[in-house]
Amino acid sequence: MQNTNKASAISKFLGTYGILVMLLALVLVMTLINGISFLSLSNIQGILTQGSIYGIMALGVTFIIISGGIDLSAGSMVALAAVVSSSFGQLATASNRIFPFLPQLGIWAPLLVALIFGGLLGALNGAMVAKLKLFPWIATLGTFYIARGLAQVITAGKPVTQLIPSYSKIGGKIGILPVPALIFFICVAISWVLLNYTKFGCDTFAIGGNIGAARVTGININKTLITIYAFAGVMYGVAAFVFAGRVLSVNPGAAQNYEMSAISASIIGGTSPMGGKGTIWGVIVGTLILGTIRQGLTLMAVDAYWQQIAEGAIIVIAVIFAMMREKPRN
Amino acid sequence: MAEEKYLLEMTDITKEFPGVKALRGIQLKVKAGEVHGLLGENGAGKSTMMNCLMGIFPPTSGKIVFDGVERQHYGPRDALEFGVSMIQQELSPMQDRSIMANIWLGREPVNALGLVNWKKMYEDTKKVLQIIELDEDPRTLMKHLTVAKMQMVEIARAVSYNSKLIIMDEPSSAITEKETQQLFKIIRQLKAEGRSVIYISHKLDEIKEITDRVSVYRDGTYVSSANTADITQDQIIEMMVGRSVENLFPKVKVPIGDVVLEVKDLCHESLFRNISFTVRQGEIFGLSGLVGAGRTELMETIFGLRQRKSGTVRFKGKDFHPTCGKDSIDAGMAFITEDRRGNGIFPIQDIEFNSTIANIDAYVGPGRLLNLKKMREDCAEYIEKIAIKTPSQKQLIKNLSGGNQQKVLVARWLMTSPDIIIMDEPTRGIDVGA
Repeated sequence: MQNTNKASAISKFLGTYGILVMLLALVLVMTLINGISFLSLSNIQGILTQGSIYGIMALGVTFIIISGGIDLSAGSMVALAAVVSSSFGQLATASNRIFPFLPQLGIWAPLLVALIFGGLLGALNGAMVAKLKLFPWIATLGTFYIARGLAQVITAGKPVTQLIPSYSKIGGKIGILPVPALIFFICVAISWVLLNYTKFGCDTFAIGGNIGAARVTGININKTLITIYAFAGVMYGVAAFVFAGRVLSVNPGAAQNYEMSAISASIIGGTSPMGGKGTIWGVIVGTLILGTIRQGLTLMAVDAYWQQIAEGAIIVIAVIFAMMREKPRN
Repeated sequence: MAEEKYLLEMTDITKEFPGVKALRGIQLKVKAGEVHGLLGENGAGKSTMMNCLMGIFPPTSGKIVFDGVERQHYGPRDALEFGVSMIQQELSPMQDRSIMANIWLGREPVNALGLVNWKKMYEDTKKVLQIIELDEDPRTLMKHLTVAKMQMVEIARAVSYNSKLIIMDEPSSAITEKETQQLFKIIRQLKAEGRSVIYISHKLDEIKEITDRVSVYRDGTYVSSANTADITQDQIIEMMVGRSVENLFPKVKVPIGDVVLEVKDLCHESLFRNISFTVRQGEIFGLSGLVGAGRTELMETIFGLRQRKSGTVRFKGKDFHPTCGKDSIDAGMAFITEDRRGNGIFPIQDIEFNSTIANIDAYVGPGRLLNLKKMREDCAEYIEKIAIKTPSQKQLIKNLSGGNQQKVLVARWLMTSPDIIIMDEPTRGIDVGA
C-alpha cells in the first residue's frame, strides 16, 4: 500500500513537473560534460537566440495542435515570409532588389509585411481546414510544398541580401538580452493571454477537446479555426522576421525542417497530439529542452546524425511523462 | 383559453436524411411549466426531433413556434439564446478542461478588457453547483469525475443557461437511483420556477413519476399525447410498439445445467475485493451495484482486460487465466461492454465488419484470405434473426439508432458461439421493444 502510494506520488510528480525535471537534468548533464562554461552567459544567450525562432513558431503550432490539428507547412511558411518581407528591407543601392520599384523603407516595412503576409498564409491553411474540410495534415502538406516553391520562384532561387543596417539589430542584443529572445518572450506573453484569457482560447480548447460539444454550444467553428491558423501564421511571420535579422542573407531554401522543431517543442512541452490540451509554459520548457540538447551536443562535437537520434529519444521520453499525468486519479 | 397557451409548438415536422425519412410530419406541444415526457422506441425519431428543435440541423419542412414566435433557420446558439437548452444523451465533455470551463463554454464571462474573467466564472460555477448540490471544486478537471458527476455538470450547464425549456435526453441512463431522485428534485425546482422540461427516457416508472404529460412517437410518426395521470404503463407501451405487449419479457424455459463459471475470492489491486459467485448453464445471472461499485471493472477482469491480484476463476471446469480478450473469446466467453461508443462499435465501418470482427478467425480461408461471401451470408442471417433495422448490411453502423447498434453487437458476440455472455448495462440508451 505504502509502495503504491509512493509510486503514484512519484508518477504524479513526474507527470506534472517531469519536463521541468528533464530540463534541469539535461542542463546538469551538459554542464558536467562540457564544464561550467556551459552555464556561461554567452552560452545561455546562444541557447535563447537559437531557440527563439522555433520557439515563436511553436507558440503558433501549439494553438493548432490544441485545436486538434497539425501544421506541416510552418518551415516553408517561414522561408516564404522571410524572403518576401526582407525584400521590403533591402538597401536602395542593392544590386539584387526583388522589388526594384520600391524606395528604401525603414525596418517597420519588413516587420509589417512579415506579420500581415504570415497571417494571410496561415488564414489560407485555416480556410482549407475549415471551409474545405481538409484534414489539417493534408492541407498543410500542400502548402508545405507550395510555400517553398513560391519562395524559390520569387527569388529565382537566389538569397535576398544587402538588407538595411537596422536589420542586424534584430539579431543583436539589448544589454545582455538577445533581441530574438526578447521577441520570443513578447510572443509568449501574447499567446498566454490569448490562450487562457480570451474566448478565442476557450474555443480553441473546445474544438480540440470535443468538436461536437463545441458545435452544440454555438461556437463558430470555421471562424475560430481560420483565426487559429492565421494566428499561427502571424507567429511564423515574426519568426521569419527574426530569422532574416539573424542570417541577413535569406535563402529561399532556408528553415528546412523547422516545422518539425516547432512541433517537437510543443509536444515535449506537453501539448496533447489528440487536441484539447496544452500550455504556453510547456512550450517555453519544450523550447529550452530542445535548445539545451542542441547546444550541448554541438559543444561536445557530437555529429549531427547522433544529435537527431538524441532529439528523437527526448521527444519519446517527454511524451511518456505526459502519459503518466494522463493516468486517471482512481 | 389557457389550454391553448403553449410554450413550444412543433407541427408537421419532417426530416429526411439521404435514404432515410427520419421524421414524417410529427408534432409536439409543450406548455409552460410542465414536464413533458417523450416516448417511443429507438428509431422513433425522438432524438432527431430534438436536434431539429436545438437547431443542430434544420427540419426538411414544418413549423416551430417557440414563446409565441415562429423560429426559422436558426443554429444552436440562437436556440440557446431564445431559451432552449439540451442535455445530450451521450455525454461529451471536454475531458482536459475544468468543470467551469465546460459549463460556460461558448459564453465565458469577460471583463472590461474583453479577457475571460476566471474569478467570476469560478464564483458563478459555485452558485450553479450549489443549486444542484454537487460538491466539487469548479476547477476540477472533467476527466477526474465519475460518469454520474459529469452528468450532473451537464445538468448544471443547462440550469446555468436560464432556459425556458430544457431538453433532457435520457438523463438517468448512467446514474444511480439516488442520483435520479436528486435529478427529479432539480426538475421539480425548475418546474416551480415556471420552466418546462422535455424528458426523454425509456424507464417508464420514471416517466410516470416525473412527467405531467407525454407524447408518443413510432417510426417517425406522431401517435398521441396524454396526461400522464390518465394512462397506465401498459397503455404507454401499447402506444409505443403499436400492439399490446402481453408479457414484457417473455421468459423461455430452459433447463439449468452445470456450473459454467465459478469466481472465487477474486481481488483487484484497488477496485474490488473477494468476489465469489457461480453461474450455471442456461442461467441469467444478474449483477447489480451502484455506479462506481466496480461491476464493470469486475467483468473486465474476468474477461482478461484487467489484471487480477488474487483469486481464481474456473470456466467450464478449467482454471481460466486470460491475459487478453482473445483468450476469453477463444474459450467461449463474450463481453458486450457498457460504453458502446468507447469500446463497442467501429463507427465508420459497416454492419458486416462490425458483426464479424470478433469471429474473424473463422473466415480465414486458404491462402490466409478472408471468405467474404460467408461473412456476408452470416451477417445477413443475424440481421434477420435478431431483427436489426437497416436498409442494408453495407450501412455504416454509426448511421443506425442506438438500439440497433446494440443488436449488431449482440450479433457480433453470438457469432463467436459463446458459452457465456457478459452484458454490462446492455439497456443503456435502448428501449423496451429492443
